[in-house]
Amino acid sequence: MAVKSSGRWLVLAVPYLWLLALFLVPFLIVFKISLSTDAIAQPPYEPVFDLAAGWEAFKESFSALSFDNYSYVLSWDNEFIEAYGSSLWIAGVSTILLLIVGYPIAYGMARAPKSIRPTLLMLVILPFWTSFLIRVYAWIGILSPEGLLNQLLIALGIISPDQPLQILATNTAVYIGIVYSYLPFMILPLYSALEKMDDTLLEAAADLGCPPFAAFWKITWPLSLPGVFAGCLLCFIPAVGEFVIPDLLGGSDTLMIGKVLWTEFSVNRSWTVSSAVAVLLLMVLVIPIVFYQNLQAREVEGR
Amino acid sequence: MRKGLSWFNTTSIALGFAFLYIPIILLVIYSFNASRLVTVWAGFSFHWYVQLFHNQQLLDAAWVTLRVAFLTATIATVLGTMAAITLTRYGRFIGRTLFSGMVYAPLVMPEVITGLSLLLLFVAIGLDRGFWTITLAHITFTMCFVSVVVQSRLVTFDRSLEEAALDLGCTPFRTFFVITLPIILPAVVSGWMLAFTLSLDDLVIASFTTGPGATTLPMRIYSQVRLGVTPEINAACTILIAIVTVVVIIASIMTKRQEMERQKAERLAAAG
Repeated sequence: MAVKSSGRWLVLAVPYLWLLALFLVPFLIVFKISLSTDAIAQPPYEPVFDLAAGWEAFKESFSALSFDNYSYVLSWDNEFIEAYGSSLWIAGVSTILLLIVGYPIAYGMARAPKSIRPTLLMLVILPFWTSFLIRVYAWIGILSPEGLLNQLLIALGIISPDQPLQILATNTAVYIGIVYSYLPFMILPLYSALEKMDDTLLEAAADLGCPPFAAFWKITWPLSLPGVFAGCLLCFIPAVGEFVIPDLLGGSDTLMIGKVLWTEFSVNRSWTVSSAVAVLLLMVLVIPIVFYQNLQAREVEGR
Repeated sequence: MRKGLSWFNTTSIALGFAFLYIPIILLVIYSFNASRLVTVWAGFSFHWYVQLFHNQQLLDAAWVTLRVAFLTATIATVLGTMAAITLTRYGRFIGRTLFSGMVYAPLVMPEVITGLSLLLLFVAIGLDRGFWTITLAHITFTMCFVSVVVQSRLVTFDRSLEEAALDLGCTPFRTFFVITLPIILPAVVSGWMLAFTLSLDDLVIASFTTGPGATTLPMRIYSQVRLGVTPEINAACTILIAIVTVVVIIASIMTKRQEMERQKAERLAAAG
C-alpha cells in the first residue's frame, strides 16, 4: 500500500505504544526490582529511582543494585530450585498426558463427517468459555475423600468405605486438573493440522499395501507435527507457571513455582524476591516462548 | 482408509466429551441439592439460588466484574483489530519483530508474571489500584487474543476487494469501514466475546492488580472455595455457565445463518 497518511501510522502506533508501556516496560521494572533490596517503606523496596533528586543521586541508586535476591533464590538451601524443577516436571508430564488424551479425540473429530464437525468443534470450545476457576472447582467435589468418585467406587464395591482414595491434595489431582483445563488448547491445534491433511495420501499408502498402523506413523503423524508442537507449547508454557490448579487441587507438598511466587509476594511480602523468581521463570521459559512465537507468526500471518 | 468413523474414533470422541462434560454437569446438578453438604444428595431445591441473591458481596463482585469485562472487551477489540491489521497488511516495518513478539508472548505468558509486572508498573507510576488498574491489565492481555482471532480472518480474505476500493479513490479509512470491517465482522465479534470471557474469568492478574474496593467475582469465588465447597458457589457457577452457554449457542447460530445466506447468494450469483 503506497497510501501514507497519519491515520495509517496511528493504527500502528496505538497498539504498539500500548504494549510497550504495559507489557515491555513492566518487565524492565520487574528486572530492576529484582536487583533491589526489601525495605519497610512505600513502595517496599529500595533504591527507588527518582529523577527529580538529580543525576548524582540517580547514579548512586545504581550502585545500590545487587544480585543478592538471585543468590538467595538460586541457593540450594531454599526451595526455589526444587520448585522450578518440579514445575517443569509437572508441566512436562501433563503435556504428554494431554497429547495422549487429546490426539485420539482430535483424530476422531477430523475423521468425522463434514456435517457434524462444526458441532464437535463447538463442543470442544464450549467448556473453554466457562470459567477456568469453575472447572477446577468442579473437580474438588469429585476427588475429595467423601467426593463423588469415591462414592461411586464404594457403591460399586471396588474400594471399602473406610479406605477412600486419597486423590485430592496430591500431585495426581494436579495432573487431572491441568489435563482437564488445558484439553481444548491441545485438541484445537491438533484438529486443525489433522483436518488439513490430504486423505488421498492414506489411500495411496493403502493401495500400495501399507497397513493402517504403519501408514499412521509414516504419514499422519509427521504431517500433524506442527499441530503437535503448537498444542504442546500452548499447554506446557502456561502450565509451568500455573497457580490456581496446584493451589486448589494440590497438597502442601505440591511444589510449583507459580504458587511459590504468589506466596513470596502475598504472604512473605517480599516484592524483590518474587521479582527475581519471575525473572528466572521467564528465563527458563524464553526458549519455548520464542519457539511458540515463530510458529504462531508463521501460522497466523501466513508467511 | 476411508473417511468415516471407525469404532476407535467414536469411542475416543465419546470418552473425550464425557471427560470434558461430566464434571460440569455434576456441578450443575449439585447446585440444586437441598443439603448443605455438597456430596450428599438430599432432594431438589432452589434454596441456594435464593440464598445467592441475598449475598450482597457476591452481587457487588459480579457487578464489578461485568463492568470490567465490558470495558476490557470493547477497548481490547479496537486495539487488537488495529494490531491485526498492522501485522497482516503493513508488510515490513522497523520494530516489527518486537511488535509481533509482544502480540504473541502474552498468549502463553504465565499469569503470575504478567500480574506481578503490571502491579509493579502501577506502583512505580503511583496509580491508585482498583477498578481501572484491573481494566488496564485485562485490556493488555486480552487484546493479543483478539489480534490473533482477527488476523486469522484477515489472512484468508480476498485483498482485491480492498485494492479495488482504493483504486476507485476510496480513502483507506473509508475502505476499512465500508469493505474490510463488514467482512471481518464475525471475527471481530468473536474476538470481543473471547476478550469478555477471558476478563470475566481471570483470577490471578486481577488479584495482583486490584486494590481496596474492587473485588471481582472470581476473587470472591476463590476466597470462598478455599474455605470449602458450598452449594451456593455451585449455584453461582451454574448461572455463569448458563449465561455463557446461551451466548455461545446464539452466536454460533448467527454465524451459521450468515454462512448459509452467503452460500445462497453465491449460488444465485453463479446461476444468474
